[in-house]
Amino acid sequence: MARIGVFICHCGENIAGTVDVFKVAEAAGKFPGVVHSVEYKYMCSDPGQTMIKDAIKEKKLTGVVVAACSPRMHEPTFRRACAEAGLNPFLCEMANIREHCSWVHEKGEATTQKAIELIRIMVEKVKRNKPLYSIKVPVTKTALVLGGGIAGIQAALDIANAGHQVILVERSPSIGGHMLQLSETFPTLDCSQCILTPRMVEVAQHPKITLYTYSELESLDGFIGNFKARIRRKARGVDEKLCTGCGVCIQKCPQKKIPSEFDAGMGKRTAIYVPCPQSVPNQPVIDREHCTYYIKGKCKICEKFCERKAIRLDQQDEIIEVNVGAVVAATGFDILHSKDFPEYGYGKYPDVIDGLQFERLASASGPTLGAIKRPSDGKEPETVVFIACAGSRDDAKGIPYCSKICCMYTAKHAMLYKHKVHNGKAYVFYMDIRAGGKNYEEFVRRAIEEDGAVYLRGRVSRIYEEDGKLIVKGVDTLLGAQPVEIKADMVVLATAIVANQDAESLAQKLRVSYDPYHFLSEAHPKLRPVETNTAGIFLAGACQAPKDIPEAVAQASGAAAKVAGLFSSSELSREPVIAVVNRLPPPVFSTCTGCFLCEKACPYQAIEREEIKDRKGNVIKVVAKVNPGLCQGCGTCVALCRVKAIDLQGFTNEQVYCELMAL
Amino acid sequence: MEGHPEDQDQSLMSRVREGTGESAYKCYQCGKCSAGCPLALEMDYPPSQILRMIQLGLPGLEEKALGSLSIWLCLACETCVARCPKEVDLPKIMDFLRQESLRRGLTHPTAKNIIKFHRAFLDPVKYTGRAFEVGLIADYKARNPISAFQDVLIAPKMFFKGKLSLAPHMIKGRGEIGRIFERAMKKESKK
Repeated sequence: MARIGVFICHCGENIAGTVDVFKVAEAAGKFPGVVHSVEYKYMCSDPGQTMIKDAIKEKKLTGVVVAACSPRMHEPTFRRACAEAGLNPFLCEMANIREHCSWVHEKGEATTQKAIELIRIMVEKVKRNKPLYSIKVPVTKTALVLGGGIAGIQAALDIANAGHQVILVERSPSIGGHMLQLSETFPTLDCSQCILTPRMVEVAQHPKITLYTYSELESLDGFIGNFKARIRRKARGVDEKLCTGCGVCIQKCPQKKIPSEFDAGMGKRTAIYVPCPQSVPNQPVIDREHCTYYIKGKCKICEKFCERKAIRLDQQDEIIEVNVGAVVAATGFDILHSKDFPEYGYGKYPDVIDGLQFERLASASGPTLGAIKRPSDGKEPETVVFIACAGSRDDAKGIPYCSKICCMYTAKHAMLYKHKVHNGKAYVFYMDIRAGGKNYEEFVRRAIEEDGAVYLRGRVSRIYEEDGKLIVKGVDTLLGAQPVEIKADMVVLATAIVANQDAESLAQKLRVSYDPYHFLSEAHPKLRPVETNTAGIFLAGACQAPKDIPEAVAQASGAAAKVAGLFSSSELSREPVIAVVNRLPPPVFSTCTGCFLCEKACPYQAIEREEIKDRKGNVIKVVAKVNPGLCQGCGTCVALCRVKAIDLQGFTNEQVYCELMAL
Repeated sequence: MEGHPEDQDQSLMSRVREGTGESAYKCYQCGKCSAGCPLALEMDYPPSQILRMIQLGLPGLEEKALGSLSIWLCLACETCVARCPKEVDLPKIMDFLRQESLRRGLTHPTAKNIIKFHRAFLDPVKYTGRAFEVGLIADYKARNPISAFQDVLIAPKMFFKGKLSLAPHMIKGRGEIGRIFERAMKKESKK
């Protein structure tokens, strides 16, 4: 026989001000099965919880209903109190008489009656509650970090330094990402490579980090603590164990005029190449699209000259499988490309370049060794126009958002240009200057006040060529929208930051949500900024939204802390609100008929097939089984099951029907 | 955009929205329209400033916009629409402002000839359904005698190239065209 206790909370005036709590307590005491019914000013307080604990022991309660606020607020509190008194916590339920009653109704008889009915429903439910136990899931203490830019590097190092294994997967031949391409960084003008390359080396040498460059995630299965990742290691054409990175193959390669991706097309590379001399690992890859051997079937010059015999022209892609407990997505960003700027002649005029290309021109390790020379004729430009918001905040180009970093790097570009070309003129067309950040505003002012960059507020309408000059037609809105025309030698567009082209397919592989612009979505914009809505998958860096280096690093460390927290115990415990396929004594075994409609319907791939065998090992029946690690308790399978063989623990069909019948 | 503040009063902004379906609030004053406008240098206020006057809606500014020469100089070439990052249809707004300017008798003195030209252009369309060049020129010069000898020298050249026909071309559905004009005028007089 059920012995239910009902505890009614006043919540100060929140409930008692509208609902006659004394009348409610009296009425609840008369429900069949209720042996104890009391009210108290603050049930969640220490004395309130003690009342519940004492009643459980004294009245030998078999179930508890707390009529108070939303279970979102205090269900864990009251369940913990019950557990401390020796009652299974899942025998405690809450009736929400605050959000569902006192807050939304006027004071009166009907409101009090509704509170009584809400409690009646919960009493009927609790009578049918069964003790449940949290599900324990083992955790594989290895993290998979996708992307070897600054965010991925930081996350990998932090996780590895916390003592856990890390697998770092990078798509390109070297780690380093976009930061490795930059010349100097704002607002300190630190040399980007000087601060980044030590970290890259640290990653390569760390005993806990396994580095897979020139590799991509093929697929990801499983769930938090127990993911299985398949990684495609693209054929490098070079045996990494034998190669010493001497570079003879690169010197001898006859294909020398391939535009270098690392130099953003400003420089050239060979078919067998490393992106830059600071690459980690410093071992080349063969670009099969441009290699003479793969085009014409003969050449093999690299193979002939390699003293270590490390060239493997017949190497194939290899797929490896790894088990990991957590994933950090740090796949970075891309920039808007030339086809989107017909009015600026980007892609048509060689001297209209983007920000990354300017970085390569200004970089001491770049194709011009740091001299600012315009691409068309190699001359030093006397007038350079920088255009901020090129594509950003532009609904017509489908990018209504602010790319966040352009204001700062444009100020930096103008500054670097003025430092290198003292007599040069730098004009910056801007719309607003967004320099929120430590020392950021001061940096922009320095570009204007000390380095003499001329800032014009307005958007450029058009750029065209005339007599070897680029005519930039803009406007200065601070001067009454006066048209301004500048004859420039070079134009630098601060092109918008966009998500990677394959960001959508990555999101689908990881089963995380993404926004309309294909940036991966965090679980909560304020309070859960590094988690995704898929447990065990975290975000770092610009794959989530445009961000600068300090922010990407901070988020990466945040994600690493979350991973380290997850790995701090060898088991995970989760709420047992999951679906269960019934099991009965022989000869029925289960009412499941094995139609597996549930298998198709389950959004989490949690339905498995189980063979029921007799003692000799003969299969009698194949029935559905729910994987408790994967099931999220959504109930889709319950609704679909034609023989009602599946039920949701804690919310069984029987319980729901009884709740409705109690009304 | 329901309940937007501009809907609560009969400001020029809200009438622009009613009349054109365009919101001047969309404009964030980047100036790209003024930068690309082929007439901006001739205008008393560049296009983005006209939009700004409507946005602010302060006393005197609306009249300033309606009394400007800029709205009459706009060619509706639509360069601004093609470039505008916020996709504001500025020529449509300009067209509305011209109507509003006439309605309230605020037209810029220099715009008088432009208005005469507009009328001279539309009259033949109303009766024949097509533009009639010779009629247009004659009508315009009659309305504006000062310009009687303007561009006269190119007339023979055009005539011999067959660009100026002496009789207007009549289309079939003249009655319908007439009704369109009638209805438009009726709608106008209601305002």
